[in-house]
Amino acid sequence: MSKAKIRKIVTVVEQTNIEIGKSIDPPTRRAASVAVIENPFAGKYQEDLEELMAIGEELGGLLGDKCVAALGITPSQAESYGKAAMVGENGELEHAAAILHPRLGKPLRAAVEKGAALVPSSKKMGSMGQPLDVPLGHKDAAYVRSHFDGMEVRINDAPRANEIMVAITVTDSGRPLPRVGGLEAKDAEGKDGLR
Amino acid sequence: MPDVIVRKTVIVVDEIYHEGGPVASEPLRRASALAVIENPFAGRFVEEITGFIDDLKPLGLQMAADLIAALGGDASVVEGYGKGAIIGEGGELEHAALWHAPGGYSMRELVPASKAIVPSTKKVGGPGCRLDVPVTHSNASYVRSHFDAIEVGINDAPKADEMVVALVMTTGPRIHHRAGGLQASDIVGEDGLK
Repeated sequence: MSKAKIRKIVTVVEQTNIEIGKSIDPPTRRAASVAVIENPFAGKYQEDLEELMAIGEELGGLLGDKCVAALGITPSQAESYGKAAMVGENGELEHAAAILHPRLGKPLRAAVEKGAALVPSSKKMGSMGQPLDVPLGHKDAAYVRSHFDGMEVRINDAPRANEIMVAITVTDSGRPLPRVGGLEAKDAEGKDGLR
Repeated sequence: MPDVIVRKTVIVVDEIYHEGGPVASEPLRRASALAVIENPFAGRFVEEITGFIDDLKPLGLQMAADLIAALGGDASVVEGYGKGAIIGEGGELEHAALWHAPGGYSMRELVPASKAIVPSTKKVGGPGCRLDVPVTHSNASYVRSHFDAIEVGINDAPKADEMVVALVMTTGPRIHHRAGGLQASDIVGEDGLK
């Protein structure tokens, strides 16, 4: 039995073939999968947020798997990831934190294989149609500079006042034309999650 | 005529379980395919533009095939469709009309039950512009349960010298359709209307 009451799921794949006139070969690709769920605590203060933590655990796997499937890659081919939530007006910012932080990461890491690095995140309160910018970072070494990125998602009819939008992003690549130096993916050890 | 230069593509799949009513066991699925292409006519008035229609055909077919793949690979699940285009500020609305034939006929080539005209919309807009792409039943335009629209858009497109072309497909009626009218089960399916 599903814990989250899911109204809809939107999955997006973006592929960039050309950036500022230069051909990107192979193209960079990133996916987002976004669930629109009922907020069980809309309209009231709830001290114990366990129910949302369990929902986060469920969605980490579900949405992570959808991203990987949409990219048509094996889990090990995933290179970066991110997460974010936007809470409708009858909820509370802390609801986003309860979904995103305690338990969502483990099943997401299973979906992308490994994942030593912190999953970068953002959260906000918002209304239907508002953009949500989901941060992206390399899944095994947070300092890999070529993979710092963000992906905008938005759904015209979500989140309604009593809903929460939960988004996971996964890529098989970094930015299209990285050239600002720093740690490169090929030099990352991927053990401590940082380098 | 110029080649079609694709900067970026976006595929979106919606899975809709409910909208406040009974939860569907199988979600309604709606897929959108967008391509950001160079507008070969941007920045000046070009009188003769129709040659670009044929140039766009392979892209249309690819996008229609991508949509069917995104919906699981079986074209017979498609029940609704639509198309649209956003022209960047260096172009003109008429450029969007070039998408009618390659966009529409590509989907009708691949979708088995597709006697109905493909509904469409168009506009001129900047990066991040949203477009509400209309959707109707693919075999009989008057089927009321299948009238719908899908909002699409890309935060970094279209730039001034670009256009965004869009195709959309759906696997069924609105999730809680109950506004009467012609039912999909009652269509004759010969004239594309009823």
